[in-house]
Amino acid sequence: MSTVAADVVVVGAGPAGIAAAVRATEAKRRVVVLDEAPNVGGQIWRHRSVGTLGADARTWIDRLSRTNAEVRRGVAVVDVIVGGEAGDITVVAERHLGGVDVIRTPALIIATGARERFVPFPGWTLPGVTGIGGAQALLKQGATFRGKRVVIAGTGPLILPVAASLTDAGARVVVVAEQAPFQAVRDFALSLLTHPETLLQAAIYRLAFLRTPYAMGTWVTSASGTDQLAGVAVANARTAWSLPCDLLCTGYGLVPNVDMARFVGCTTADGAVAVDERQATSVPGIFAAGEVTGIGGVGLAVAEGEIAGAATAGAARIDPSLARRRQALRVVARRMERAFALRQELRSLARDDTVICRCEDVGRAAIASFADSRQAKLYARAGMGACQGRVCGPALELLFGWQPGTVRSPLEPARLSTLSTAALAGAASSAADPSAGS
Amino acid sequence: MPQSSVAAVTISADGRSVRVPAGVTVAAALLDLGTSAFRRSVSGEPRAPLCGMGTCYECRVTIDGVAHRRACLVTVAEGMHVTTADGAEEAPA
Ligand SMILES: Cc1cc2nc3c(=O)[nH]c(=O)nc-3n(C[C@H](O)[C@H](O)[C@H](O)COP(=O)(O)OP(=O)(O)OC[C@H]3O[C@@H](n4cnc5c(N)ncnc54)[C@H](O)[C@@H]3O)c2cc1C
Ligand code: FES
Repeated sequence: MSTVAADVVVVGAGPAGIAAAVRATEAKRRVVVLDEAPNVGGQIWRHRSVGTLGADARTWIDRLSRTNAEVRRGVAVVDVIVGGEAGDITVVAERHLGGVDVIRTPALIIATGARERFVPFPGWTLPGVTGIGGAQALLKQGATFRGKRVVIAGTGPLILPVAASLTDAGARVVVVAEQAPFQAVRDFALSLLTHPETLLQAAIYRLAFLRTPYAMGTWVTSASGTDQLAGVAVANARTAWSLPCDLLCTGYGLVPNVDMARFVGCTTADGAVAVDERQATSVPGIFAAGEVTGIGGVGLAVAEGEIAGAATAGAARIDPSLARRRQALRVVARRMERAFALRQELRSLARDDTVICRCEDVGRAAIASFADSRQAKLYARAGMGACQGRVCGPALELLFGWQPGTVRSPLEPARLSTLSTAALAGAASSAADPSAGS
Repeated sequence: MPQSSVAAVTISADGRSVRVPAGVTVAAALLDLGTSAFRRSVSGEPRAPLCGMGTCYECRVTIDGVAHRRACLVTVAEGMHVTTADGAEEAPA
């Protein structure tokens, strides 16, 4: 175990965490950045194969590497202890290859991003059904989807680049089913033209319209096959039909990764961490930036990261141009949320025997009668498995309106030896000398 | 699957010795080998990668004798032994 002190700890090396680290180090702070992934860049800069945003990504990653921020990759933060006499924050992280890092800091920036939302439907557990981010990640990892018949189903701007990557990889995209109705998509696409920041996305839309069989107001109702996906049933408001396919990629939007923030007591609203003008959370010393504060895309994540980084470095005022950019992008984000709101039909696709919790194979009927996610976990084991409810949690919320239960440490499945280190770090932090760690 | 120009490594997948491109993840290699059941769920259903990034735990396989490793997070290596749900148990080399 190694214990170090830093001025600022950033959890998450996605666009938000990178921008935050750059700003804080440029203001002469000692910054440690932690990410569980083997590479920096977060969801988009890491997984993207042929990047339309390539230049931006390179600029920020270069800027980070020129600072003296200490970037630790392949370390998952499993515990965060707030308080103690020094008023410090102790961050406990586990290295994938063994070993535990303990870092004491007066300022923590949570930039843990977001993950995909999955909507359960009959057949969604079949091999051959993946998330859209999953398909993109597997492609990047070297899987070849050449010649495969692919159905893409979901909502929002993110499903389009995936269709393009799969087509480029030689797959045959049979249909891209966008659940939002035509008018909603059209109005959103047109609204992008009024924002210089989003012109690029507008261009992606145009390309998608031209290149892919993009069907709006259309959704997948079930997947079929015995041991492997063989086809899907698709519906729109008027009719329903079936299609054979080898791969179904679903992407029903993103869910902020708020576990760590909720664990340390930060206030959340609508499933995202609540922050003020300086990106400060409700807990003193803890800031949040990027999609953990709400889904808004990479531009917004960077702007928020820059503001948070400067704030931890004691900046007295917020750079007005950054604040304006953040505001403009938040407006776009809210429009996007409205345009791509999930339709009611998606909430009733799961049948009684459809598995909701994939880790424990808990079907819909086994949990529908409970009052909340805590009961479903206690009595039916829903959300008890390896993924710790990351997949079924948002599904339970969608289907039954249940809020996620209390978050406990470890925040990620951790080794026993890490847990005992975390316990020691907790004890040490409450007995700490006020001058330590700064 | 592998282009002949890419460097390759030999792994054992369910006891079968196969050449796969160097640098790919175990998940990518298994998918390209046509694996459908990476793991069996508690009720015996076949399961395969869903998220591709370490979140869902659906891609768990046994790698070099260690059970429950997430195939999407591990890169293939020369001589690696991978066992899926339906593969015969075998001792690591
Ligand atoms: C699956 C997926 C696919 C996407 N595809 C596209 C796309 O094609 N085009 C597009 O424009 N946008 C895409 N996005 C959106 C884009 O990724 C986001 O707008 C952007 O990445 C947000 O940046 P961020 O810094 O807030 O979070 P992220 O990029 O999500 O970064 C968060 C980082 O935190 C790390 N982390 C989380 N928890 C811990 C922990 N406990 N310990 C250590 N590290 C931790 C993660 O490993 C991750 O690297 C996608 C998002 C997702 C989730
Ligand atoms: S595919 Fe989800 S954890 Fe590997």
